[in-house]
Amino acid sequence: MKLSYRYAAAGVAAAALFAAAGCSSSSSSGSGSSGSSVNWANETSASAGGGMSALVKAAKAEGTLNVIALPPTWANYGTIISTFEKDYGIKVNSALPDGTSQQEVDAVKTENGTAKAPDVLDIGMAVALANTSLFAPYEVSTWSSIPTAQKAPNGLWVQDYGGYMAVGYSSKFGTITSLNDLLSPKFKNAVALNGNPTSANAALNGVMMASLAEGGSASSISDGVSFFGKLKAAGNFSPVSATGATIKAGTTPVVFNWDYLNLPSYVGVTNWKVFIPANAVLGGYYAQTINKNAPHPAAARLWEEFLYSQSATGGQNLWLQGGARPVEQTAMTSDGSIDTSAASKLPAVTGTPTFLSPSQATDAANYLAANWAKAVS
Amino acid sequence: MAVAATSETGARPSRAGRRLAAPSWVGTVPFLAYVAIFLLLPTGIVVVDALKNPNGAWAFSNVTELGNSLVRGYFIGSFKLCLLSSVLGAVLGAILAYAIASGNPDGVVRRLYLAASGVLAQFGGVTLAFAFQVLIGPAVGLLFHASWYYDFPWGIGLIYTYFQIPLMVLVFLPAIDGVKVQWREASENLGASAWQYWRYVGGPLLTPAFLGGLLLLFANALSAFATIQAWENQIAYIVPQQISTALSSEVGLSNVNVADLLALGMVIMVAIVMTGYALLQRRAARWLR
Repeated sequence: MKLSYRYAAAGVAAAALFAAAGCSSSSSSGSGSSGSSVNWANETSASAGGGMSALVKAAKAEGTLNVIALPPTWANYGTIISTFEKDYGIKVNSALPDGTSQQEVDAVKTENGTAKAPDVLDIGMAVALANTSLFAPYEVSTWSSIPTAQKAPNGLWVQDYGGYMAVGYSSKFGTITSLNDLLSPKFKNAVALNGNPTSANAALNGVMMASLAEGGSASSISDGVSFFGKLKAAGNFSPVSATGATIKAGTTPVVFNWDYLNLPSYVGVTNWKVFIPANAVLGGYYAQTINKNAPHPAAARLWEEFLYSQSATGGQNLWLQGGARPVEQTAMTSDGSIDTSAASKLPAVTGTPTFLSPSQATDAANYLAANWAKAVS
Repeated sequence: MAVAATSETGARPSRAGRRLAAPSWVGTVPFLAYVAIFLLLPTGIVVVDALKNPNGAWAFSNVTELGNSLVRGYFIGSFKLCLLSSVLGAVLGAILAYAIASGNPDGVVRRLYLAASGVLAQFGGVTLAFAFQVLIGPAVGLLFHASWYYDFPWGIGLIYTYFQIPLMVLVFLPAIDGVKVQWREASENLGASAWQYWRYVGGPLLTPAFLGGLLLLFANALSAFATIQAWENQIAYIVPQQISTALSSEVGLSNVNVADLLALGMVIMVAIVMTGYALLQRRAARWLR
C-alpha cells in the first residue's frame, strides 16, 4: 500500500460511475435486524445488523481481526491497533507491515477462504478501483461526515486519511515562503523529488504541486516541468531520489513529498520543516475496503466503525495524531470533536485542496513522458 | 576470453583412449541446452513481444519507436556511459595488472590486490552509490563537494570504474603473467629498446586480451542498473532505467512491449559492439595466424 499511493482521490469520476450504474445498495436494508443469527458478511451498516452493541458482541465472539500492510510508524497505526485491541479485547494479527497495495490484493486472492485472509485493507486508490469486485459494501455510522467525492456511493471503498504535497526541508536554510526561494544559490544540488515522476506517483504529484504554485491548473503539468527546468538550470535540482536514508545523511536536504511522510517525526530528523505553498494544495488519500470473504466479518466492520469514529481515542483523531489528515476532518472541525492540538501541528494550508481526476493524472503522465527528461537534463 | 591464447605455452593436449563410441557432439548437449533455455529462448521472447501491441497483436510499427529522439537519447546515454567507464576501467586496470604482475608472484601484495579485486569487482548497486554520495556527494560529501558528479556521464562513469578496474585486473592479469621474461630478455639481447619491445612484442601479445577485457567491461556497464538508479533516478539516462519505468510505472506509463523493444535495442547494440570487436580482434590477432 505504502509505495503505490496513486491517483489520489480519484473518487469523483468513480463515484459518478457508480451512481450511473445505479448499483448503490441502500444502507437501510434492515434485513435480519434481530439476534445472534445475523450474518455480518452481508450487512451494509451497523444499524442494519442490529446496532453497534450487536456488532461489538459479534466481533468479540470472533475474537480476532486480520490486517495487512500497516507499518506501526505509519500514520500512527501502532497506537491505533493497540487501542482497538484494548477497547474491544479483540486480537489484531498484523501481516506484512511493509507490504504494498498490490500485495494486499494478492493476499486477498491467494488466501481466500482461509482464516489467515486479510479482513480489511488500507489501500491506494488506483489499486482499489481496479479490484472493487473483491470488496464488500459497508457504510460506517459517521458516513455523512465523509465528503461525497471521497467514498463510493455504496461504501465499497471509503477514503480514510491522506495528506497534501509539501516541501520538507532542513532548517539550516531558514524559512521558505515561496517555491521560488528554492532557486536561490544556497539550495545548490539540494532539491529532490521522491522518484522519477514518469514512474512514481508521489513524484508526479510533486511536479504538479509546483505547477499549481506557479499559477497553473491541474489540467496541465507544464508549469511544474518548467519550474524544475529552472531549478536544474540554477544547479539546485538533485537527481538523487529522496529516501529516509538520504534525508538522514543530508544528501537530499529539500524534498517534495506528501506532508505526513515529510514530518520531522516520520523522516527522523529533528531540524526539519514543512512548507505547503499558498494555493497549491494538492491532496492524496488512501482508502479502506473490507474483504467480501473476510474470515472475521463482524470484527472487520467493527474495525471500520473504530477507524471512522470521531471520539477522542477513535481512529480519526489517532490518524491525526500521526500527522495524517483524516477524511472527516472538516466535519469534525465544525462539530468540535477534532483533537485541536494535533490539528494545529499539521503544516499550515492556504487555499482549497485540489485532487487530480484520473484523466488529469493520465494527461500529466503523458506530458512528463515527452518532456520531463528534456527539461531537467 | 582470449586470455587463454597467451597463457597456454606448448602443453600439448593428450588424448584419452577411445572406449565409448558416443558421437562427438554429445558432450556439447548440456551447454547447448543451457544456451537455448537461458539465452536463445528469452531473446526470442523479447524479440516477439517487442513486435506486438499490448493486446497481443502484431505491431511491426513498434520498431519506428527506436528512431524516436527520446528513445535514441537513452541509447546514446547508455553508449556514452559504457564507453567512458570501460575505456577508463580497461586502461587503468591494465596498468594496475601490469604493476601487480611485475611484483613478487607469491608476495603478499599480489595476494592482497587479487583478493581485493575479487571483492570490489562485485561491489555495486545501492551500497556503492550511497557510499559515494556520503563520501563525495554534492550536498554533504565528507571529502569535498563537486556538483559535476551529477553531470551525466562523468560522475556515474567515475563510480562505475570502482568495479570496472578490479574486474579488468582479474581478467587481464593471467594474460600478462603469460608474457615470458625470456621474451623481453631476448629482444633486449637483440638490441631492442623498451619502446620497440612494447611496439613489436609486448603490445601485439597483449592486445587481443586487452580488447577482450574492454568488451567484457562494456557489457558489464551496459547491464548495470542498480548503481545509477540509486545515484540519479529522477531522470532516466540509460536504457535499463527506461525499461524499469516501462515495466513498473505507477502513473500509467507502463508498457511491457516498450520494455521489450528497448531490450531488443540493447541486444542490437551488443551485436554491433561484438561485430566491431570481432573485426578489431581479427586485425589485432593477425600475427597469430
